[in-house]
Amino acid sequence: MNMLVSGAALVTACVAFIVYDVVTFREAIAYNLSIQAQIAGASSVSALLFNDPHSATATLSALKAAPDVVTAGIYAHDGQPFAEYWRDHAGEPPRLPPIPDGQTEAHWFKDGKVVMVRSIVFQGKPTGTVYIQSDLQRLNARLKQYVIISAAVLGGSLLAALFLSSIFRRSTAEPIVHLAEIARIVSRDKNYSVRATTTDNRDEVSLLIKAFNGMLSQIQERDGALQKAHDELEQRVHERTAELTAANKELESFSYSVSHDLRAPLRSIDGFSQALLEDCADRLDDQGKDHLNRVRIATQRMGILIDDLLNLSRIARSEMHTQRFDISALACSIAADLQKSQPERQVEFRIEHHLEAVADPGLLQNVLENLLGNAWKFTSKRASACIEFGQMHLNGTSAYFVRDDGAGFDQAYSERLFGVFQRLHTETEFPGTGVGLATVQRIVHRHGGRIWVESAVDHGATFYFTLAETPS
Amino acid sequence: MNKKFILVVEDNPDDEALTVRALKKSNIVNEVVVARDGMEALDYLFGEGAYGGRDITEMPQVILLDLKLPKLDGLGLLRRLRADARTKLLPVVILTSSNEEQDRISSYDLGANSYVRKPVDFKQFSEAARQLGLYWLVLNESPPKRM
Repeated sequence: MNMLVSGAALVTACVAFIVYDVVTFREAIAYNLSIQAQIAGASSVSALLFNDPHSATATLSALKAAPDVVTAGIYAHDGQPFAEYWRDHAGEPPRLPPIPDGQTEAHWFKDGKVVMVRSIVFQGKPTGTVYIQSDLQRLNARLKQYVIISAAVLGGSLLAALFLSSIFRRSTAEPIVHLAEIARIVSRDKNYSVRATTTDNRDEVSLLIKAFNGMLSQIQERDGALQKAHDELEQRVHERTAELTAANKELESFSYSVSHDLRAPLRSIDGFSQALLEDCADRLDDQGKDHLNRVRIATQRMGILIDDLLNLSRIARSEMHTQRFDISALACSIAADLQKSQPERQVEFRIEHHLEAVADPGLLQNVLENLLGNAWKFTSKRASACIEFGQMHLNGTSAYFVRDDGAGFDQAYSERLFGVFQRLHTETEFPGTGVGLATVQRIVHRHGGRIWVESAVDHGATFYFTLAETPS
Repeated sequence: MNKKFILVVEDNPDDEALTVRALKKSNIVNEVVVARDGMEALDYLFGEGAYGGRDITEMPQVILLDLKLPKLDGLGLLRRLRADARTKLLPVVILTSSNEEQDRISSYDLGANSYVRKPVDFKQFSEAARQLGLYWLVLNESPPKRM
């Protein structure tokens, strides 16, 4: 392809050069002929004036010096041939053509010949006309020469180009193609161990290949380091996971033994206290019975504490199964249960309908049981109460809320409220273990949400909570 | 002549005493047999070891089974009972402190007939024992004898 392009360029250049040369050469021929015609004309003036054709013929014969001139002639003023010359003496003398009218200062090329006509002027008067016809042998010869030279140059340069390009291909193109192939393999197979073959030359291509190989070495080194770091990280994650799994298992067996073993003595204390009360009632005075009752109450309370703590730890460990569900329906069913537990109480539940949540329904049930149960508990000293559940938009997030108009508490303690065993009321005021809100907070946090409370003493409390995923 | 009795498998003597007391308090006059671990229970039921020569056509109306036992634990015993044709249909009530979900699943999975958690409150415990005794000894019809 390259050869074709350079060949075409060369041919075009040659043709342009030849055409230009032919045009200039033809002009030069015409100019020479014109000088010859004028010399011949000037030399023939006296012969014309004295009507001496022989002398004119002799003058014309000097044109022998110009081998191109085929015929020449001098015409008298009246246009009649006066003297003539022809190159090939062997043949018949050609008839001089008549001079076309008005063509006394002209030349033209016709049938491979050039014709020059010049008028002879003596003392401002036209005395006759010179006619020279010349062939274009020299021009043709020159043209032929040029074509041969051009062809030789063209052939030579194409051969040289072919030779140079093969050298170029071997020294530059082939190594670059090889380099490109290696680059393709590297990027396709992510194999950084391959190397491009280096050449013995000390040219740019060999520099390029060396630089490319160096780059590959660096990448390979870095890839290895990365892989090593990755493996180490994986190993560490493995170890940590194993540690965590072991810790989790330990925690599970711990809570299992808490559940089983810690409760067994409690049952004994409670059971035998009761047995004492039943079997030895006649031998116990009222104080003794009261002491035993206190033992039993404390034992049962510890049983509840253990259960609540177990529940809290179970919630932290349990698997979450998130789904979209009707949280209003859940609130309604919990409200109905609360009402059923103390049917005599006058409590109005205002539950916003058709609210949805994306969460673990079991865990959210635990949240609402605690919050609505608290609201139920802390309004228990009112003759009538109102408990609300709904959703509101605060600072671009939507929060669910549970509001009551019960005892409330000092807002200053609100942060403490979510800690385990933290209570703001005495057991005799309102019963409870202080684990419920800690459990609620843990569930809300596990859902990526936030929980907070607004309250004032005797003005009820409002608990707000968000979930990471809020249905629109 | 068949006598109706209950087999309690319980390693804790306090729990054993309280269970027996609760059953007695509920006017359940039937005999209560106690085994201290899973192996002893197996020996008793199949008349082996210390119970060699026992008339094994007499099977308890119900077994009250604790899960946490020395040697062979509750779930292990249950598995053995369900694998043996003689005790395959014997009613087994799990009576335990644990309310771990996994324990409940495993128990029902192995063919327990009921799962009752021992309450700390003895009054509640007595009530549970009373209801269990009433149900399994009076209301419930035992599976037909195979031997």
